[in-house]
Amino acid sequence: MKIFDKLISSVVPLVDENIDTDQIIPARFLKATTREGFGENLFRDWRFDDQGEMIKDFPLNNKKYAGKILLAGKNFGCGSSREHAAWAIFDYGFRVVVSSYFADIFKNNALNNGLLPVQVSETFLETLFRNIEDNPRMEVEVNLKAQLIILPGMALSEPFEINPFKKHCLLTGKDEFEFLLDHLESIQEYEKRSFYTLETF
Amino acid sequence: MGKTLFDKVWNQHVVREINDGPLVLYIDRHFIHEVTSPQAFTGLKEKGLQVFRPKQTIATADHNVPTYDQHLPIKNALSRKQVSTLTENCKTYGIELYGLGHPFQGIVHVIGPELGITQPGMTIVCGDSHTSTHGAFGTIAFGIGTSEVLHVLATQTLLQYKPKTMQINVEGVLQNGVSAKDLILYIISKIGMGGATGYFVEYSGQAIRNLSMESRMTVCNMSIEMGARGGMIAPDKVTFEYLKNREFTPRGNALENMKSYWDSLKTDEDAVFHQELTFHADDIAPMITFGTNPGMGMGVDEKVPSSEHALNGETYSFDKSLNYMNIDAGKPLLGKKVNYVFIGSCTNGRIEDLRQVARVVKGRKKAPNITALIVPGSRQVEVMARKEGIDKILEEAGFELRQSGCSACLAMNEDKIPKGEYCVSTSNRNFEGRQGPGSRTLLASPLTAAYTAIKGYIADVREIL
Ligand code: SF4
Repeated sequence: MKIFDKLISSVVPLVDENIDTDQIIPARFLKATTREGFGENLFRDWRFDDQGEMIKDFPLNNKKYAGKILLAGKNFGCGSSREHAAWAIFDYGFRVVVSSYFADIFKNNALNNGLLPVQVSETFLETLFRNIEDNPRMEVEVNLKAQLIILPGMALSEPFEINPFKKHCLLTGKDEFEFLLDHLESIQEYEKRSFYTLETF
Repeated sequence: MGKTLFDKVWNQHVVREINDGPLVLYIDRHFIHEVTSPQAFTGLKEKGLQVFRPKQTIATADHNVPTYDQHLPIKNALSRKQVSTLTENCKTYGIELYGLGHPFQGIVHVIGPELGITQPGMTIVCGDSHTSTHGAFGTIAFGIGTSEVLHVLATQTLLQYKPKTMQINVEGVLQNGVSAKDLILYIISKIGMGGATGYFVEYSGQAIRNLSMESRMTVCNMSIEMGARGGMIAPDKVTFEYLKNREFTPRGNALENMKSYWDSLKTDEDAVFHQELTFHADDIAPMITFGTNPGMGMGVDEKVPSSEHALNGETYSFDKSLNYMNIDAGKPLLGKKVNYVFIGSCTNGRIEDLRQVARVVKGRKKAPNITALIVPGSRQVEVMARKEGIDKILEEAGFELRQSGCSACLAMNEDKIPKGEYCVSTSNRNFEGRQGPGSRTLLASPLTAAYTAIKGYIADVREIL
């Protein structure tokens, strides 16, 4: 997994609430058997009309905006568990998603792929949206070590929560998987007292 | 202090706790399908690992399969490749596959229970959010991403943090014409799409106890639609009766032994949940959604609310949603012309659902404007429906019973709703474009969907019951 430490970038804002993973990557693009190339179809039906023409004022297409931080209304990533959503956002070039809350599975998927979900308060989210409207290329700093999201130009910041273990994984690039593999012995030990191991199947 | 059902099952599965960190949770059964597993197998290959407990993983092809002529090669090359990749992976790693043509094939959340693979007190995961369905058996079941599919394949465990618990009590008795689907759509319309995020839900109360096993699955299935990690119902007589003589349930003494464990799976009297909610069954009418998330629902005979009434002040999304649906606030939906009806999915694609449909369409005729897709949740459901003559009842009314799969629930195969068209659907998601680009989905029960197919417009099934 890629290391994440700190990022200073301008922001692409999506004001919608409850953005579901079907919008992030529609099901018809899930036929691939590899992880690559999903960025091309990120927000496909919001970025392009049915003739394949770019919808110019959609924020990802709008020249006003750019950057590696995606800012979105609350309950981002709800719906389907497809990890392809996190892959698509990352592949498109985003490294951070900021919202006032995230759906559980999406949050996990993002963290497992080096994409940092930053959960901020409703008020801070509004402040961000407002400031970006006024100044579309405003830069925002996301500092994982300090667990802070900062608007450098404005002396404004807010701390954010992240699980210490997940933080460690992101900062060091180590992933959960290696950690689990170290536990195979205790897993076998556990199986001796389990009700439902293979013998019962 | 007493323990909740959730606590009991969870604690039973903790392999190890790590200070200040996640815990290692053992997974009893793992389901996989063609769409979210290929990249996990690639990960396994890259690391030179084997599947740790191949007998505890069960595979099926469901998301991306055609619903007719399943004996022929799949036409779409990408879909064909995805399904053949699953077949190869299962062969390489020794995993049981119920693929196309197998008598046990079907939607992953339909076949687990009907084969008796799903049993009370288990932990079950699948790379699919509706894994919550299995919670109907008093099981901790939840959806995971593809990275985690790899973790389970390689270690039969996951790193987890214990979620908070919520109890949703539904008291009273459901009215005639009101089903489990209406009950869950009602709850979601009250608490919203994110209302249970971070929680594991236990459903309880008289209205839940009175539900059949299949109806309980419908309720638990949609737990994810309010953001819950999963939902569960304590096992009882209904559960045990359902489990008897299923393909993979224990027999004889072994069953009796398991039963004494299953009996202990209930929330203690003095257990405390992080949150408790109560609803009343008599407040629930047949439901229909009018927007682009499952929380935007109302009684079928009500008028569409305006954004002032949007839950949690989500006015922007609410208006955008009505605009996408081309539905006006303040107007009723009854009588609105609809050209498509979809009956199926892991929410409502079981035999009980098809029986409900048959009850409505028997002796009636499909409206001429309607294109209906009626898709059984599994091969076994299809076989049962044919045995019971449901296929004939459907045919006489002008419908056709397809072959099993996810179909127009997510429109990955060719079963799609055209742009701009309305579809009354028994599935679980009405997101923009969920049933095909530009499609407009209205979620409802099988009864309401069937009656709409007869009338050609949205109708209140209570008229004929
Ligand atoms: S029927 Fe729909 S919701 Fe259920 S598993 Fe298939 S695609 Fe997912």
